[in-house]
Amino acid sequence: MTLRQPNSFVGRPVERIEDLRFLRGKGFYISDLSRPNQLHAVIFRSPEAHGRIKRIGIERARALKGVHAVIIASDLGPTPPHIPLRLQPLPELVPFHQPMLAFEKVRYVGEPVAVVVADTAAIAEDALELIELDIETLPAITGRASAEAAQSVLFEGHGSNEALVWTAVRGNADAAFAKADLIIKDTFRVQRHAAMFMEPRGFVAEWQADTQRMQVWGAAKVAWANRRILATALQIDEHAIDMFELDVGGGFGSRGEFYPEDYLIPAAARIVGRPVKWIEDRREHLMCANHARDIECNVEMALSKDGLILGLRGMSYSDNGAYLRTNGSVGPRNISQFMSGPYKIENIHLQTTMLTTNKTPSGTFRGPGRFETDFVRERLIDLAASQLGMDRAVIRRKNLVRDEDMPYPLATITPYESVTDLDSGDYPAVFDLCMTEFGWAEKSALAGKLIDGRYHGIAIGSFIEGGAAGPKEDARLVLELDGTLTVYLGSSAVGQGLQTIMTQITADAMEMPFDQIRVLHGSTSHVKDGFGSYHSRSTVMGGSAILLAAEKLKDKICEAGAAALGCAKEQVLIDGQTVRHGDRSVSFAGLSPEPIDVEASFFNKKYTYAYGTQAAHVSVDPGTGHVRVHEYLSVEDVGRMINPLTLHGQAIGAIVQGLGGTFLEHLIYDENGQLQTGSLADYLLPTASDFPKIRAITLELKPSPNNPLGAKGAGEGGIIPVGGIITNAVANALSSLGVEPMELPLSPSRVWKLIDDARKRIV
Amino acid sequence: MKIELDVNGKHMSAEVEERTTLADCLRYEFGLTGTHLGCEHGVCGACTVIVNGAAVRSCLILAVQADGDSVTTVEGLSNDDALTPLQASFRKHHALQCGFCTPGMVTTAHALLTHEPNADEDRVRDVLSGNICRCTGYISIVEAVLDARSAYGRDGQ
Repeated sequence: MTLRQPNSFVGRPVERIEDLRFLRGKGFYISDLSRPNQLHAVIFRSPEAHGRIKRIGIERARALKGVHAVIIASDLGPTPPHIPLRLQPLPELVPFHQPMLAFEKVRYVGEPVAVVVADTAAIAEDALELIELDIETLPAITGRASAEAAQSVLFEGHGSNEALVWTAVRGNADAAFAKADLIIKDTFRVQRHAAMFMEPRGFVAEWQADTQRMQVWGAAKVAWANRRILATALQIDEHAIDMFELDVGGGFGSRGEFYPEDYLIPAAARIVGRPVKWIEDRREHLMCANHARDIECNVEMALSKDGLILGLRGMSYSDNGAYLRTNGSVGPRNISQFMSGPYKIENIHLQTTMLTTNKTPSGTFRGPGRFETDFVRERLIDLAASQLGMDRAVIRRKNLVRDEDMPYPLATITPYESVTDLDSGDYPAVFDLCMTEFGWAEKSALAGKLIDGRYHGIAIGSFIEGGAAGPKEDARLVLELDGTLTVYLGSSAVGQGLQTIMTQITADAMEMPFDQIRVLHGSTSHVKDGFGSYHSRSTVMGGSAILLAAEKLKDKICEAGAAALGCAKEQVLIDGQTVRHGDRSVSFAGLSPEPIDVEASFFNKKYTYAYGTQAAHVSVDPGTGHVRVHEYLSVEDVGRMINPLTLHGQAIGAIVQGLGGTFLEHLIYDENGQLQTGSLADYLLPTASDFPKIRAITLELKPSPNNPLGAKGAGEGGIIPVGGIITNAVANALSSLGVEPMELPLSPSRVWKLIDDARKRIV
Repeated sequence: MKIELDVNGKHMSAEVEERTTLADCLRYEFGLTGTHLGCEHGVCGACTVIVNGAAVRSCLILAVQADGDSVTTVEGLSNDDALTPLQASFRKHHALQCGFCTPGMVTTAHALLTHEPNADEDRVRDVLSGNICRCTGYISIVEAVLDARSAYGRDGQ
């Protein structure tokens, strides 16, 4: 079952196959596709955050030359179909599902109200200006305070703006707090921001009226799950739909979830009877694609006087926006379950309330819930160390989960009950390596020092990264008549280099040359079922499925070869291109009159947990509040690396996204629920000149015991502890002023105000 | 309105509406879909092409403004036989993941190194800061561009 040693490709920094087309401008993304006779759709979106729809006037828009249809909710049936939850599909969350088009009410700025289909996108946009929407506005709910005050409620039938409470329990938190020597308690906030991948979303859909089949291009992430949702919404059989994945310009959790447009564009194509294309613009993306992170945490940590963490207790409030979409529960549930991170904390009682507000619905973004919990937990640990007079590295190292504690169960989360165990790892060894590589001892001399007008500070912290979500993944291998191999995979590419990684795994498993292998993935026609790419699962799940399928295929090849050579199956040897028996051989090409076709599924119920430690050195300009990152180091153990080049890219890229979320990125709403950051000039992303000093070291210390590759999901880890570690470094720098930031982002204005307030206190 | 341009060394013409951007003209009139649109408001830089030698955001100029100009897109910086030294350097350093920003990075870097083959790290970072990449974190892109300088006649190389 395991890969043969020595490997030729797995573990090597193989240059990517994808690059050859991307670098030449030959990538093929959804906006590059045009179908003969196609029309273009644009979406009319609510300009108001909250209100009752009184009238939609579409006559003038419909009359514009070049317009073929203007579709509103009543065209989709008595009530339009709604988007179900893909993950944690709890019946009590059904009232919060989003309708594909707003009817009766609008609940956020940007909510789809109508679809215009026209000869060109420009004509369709002209028609938007002619649509008349009368809305009786209601008070906008824009945060925890107004959600709880309930001056208005989003879902009158439900009666409050609290959708659901997640509860994570382990041991007896109250008893632990009763005997604690020290309790640290505060309120922490992480701002609303988002994945913000670079390629806008889009679809081309085509309805074949004669065969009653729907074709949809632009699938990503979870094509099979989305096909089921689409089939239900269109009221056709799921096998009457083909979903095609093209090149995908980034995902990070947000792309490929089922949005209203995933239904509206195919529905429009069926209504007009012609192919319909839709590509979102960046303003739409900022208003409509999943937001993330928006959370307030009132959490306390109990400790003994010698620095053992005894318990965590508290209540968090997740601002989930207007609806609960496909994966909207993941972040809030993770905030409760993963607050303990890599530390042995035996007593936990943490709850997270999901609030509905008049903002864009939220979903996952790389490290969902984990970026937020690590901010809270790492801040609490530094505050505790300060109170106890302990070294910040010593207190962390002391509390890390040990290898002998594995499998180590995390808190159990309800109501969608989930139990999970940390699988393997030498957490202290990685911690020590990070300290050494960073030069923690030497750099400690900088802490709090004012050098050339800037205060310097350092921080260190550990994290875990969940990966490899089940239940399964499918792979199909086909030995073609010319002796080449085609791999069909249920995993999907979102820019992470899947094609290269899967070719490496296949090449080793089949002992075949790299250029004899073709990997096709993400489209529903490839395998019967597929689960896609989320929760850092593709390499582990898809890769393991390939290993299983390769075993089957080799067996069939031996069988065919033995028949051709007139011997028993057990007597032949294969080398990836030929089957041999003694001095006679037969080539894979022409081995059998039909292609040899096998399919295998890898089942998995256990998550993998990559883990690591990161450290930062920053300096703060007290005059401006600007923070400079002098060095950022990540050390992570991923069990087994398939391609160090792409993995290193994931680590660095994730860290920089984390720095964006720590310093820059913020989706800001005003009190009327209007989004104030509707362009990339307002919503700031990291650029090439912001964070030049970042290092990442990846280790293969402890393979995962839960899959034949020994690999652990590793696409998200880098981002997870960044907010907490940077904020601790800033607090360390400003320790002489007693500045303790409790809220992200650390924008210059926020840091400056904290410094200014601290100075006023001191005076 | 009819426009005529030199695109990647070929004479091309199109009948376009006045409101058509150069980016849309390149993509949908000429089929050069290597030029990508990430924001359409001049911030992300994915649509960068080289107009008369200068790196320009093709989403911010109209096709009619480019009438008579010489335009180079990522396709014009490529050949099918082998990667160019700049492209090979991007591949070697893993300076791309999803590939969407890549054409803009390649055209911007090519324009920079054509004019300033000795650009140092700060200069490279400064110029590339007009192009957003959400995947890589930029470290590898900067390394790739610095490593490609020798192919543009960097002093002493």
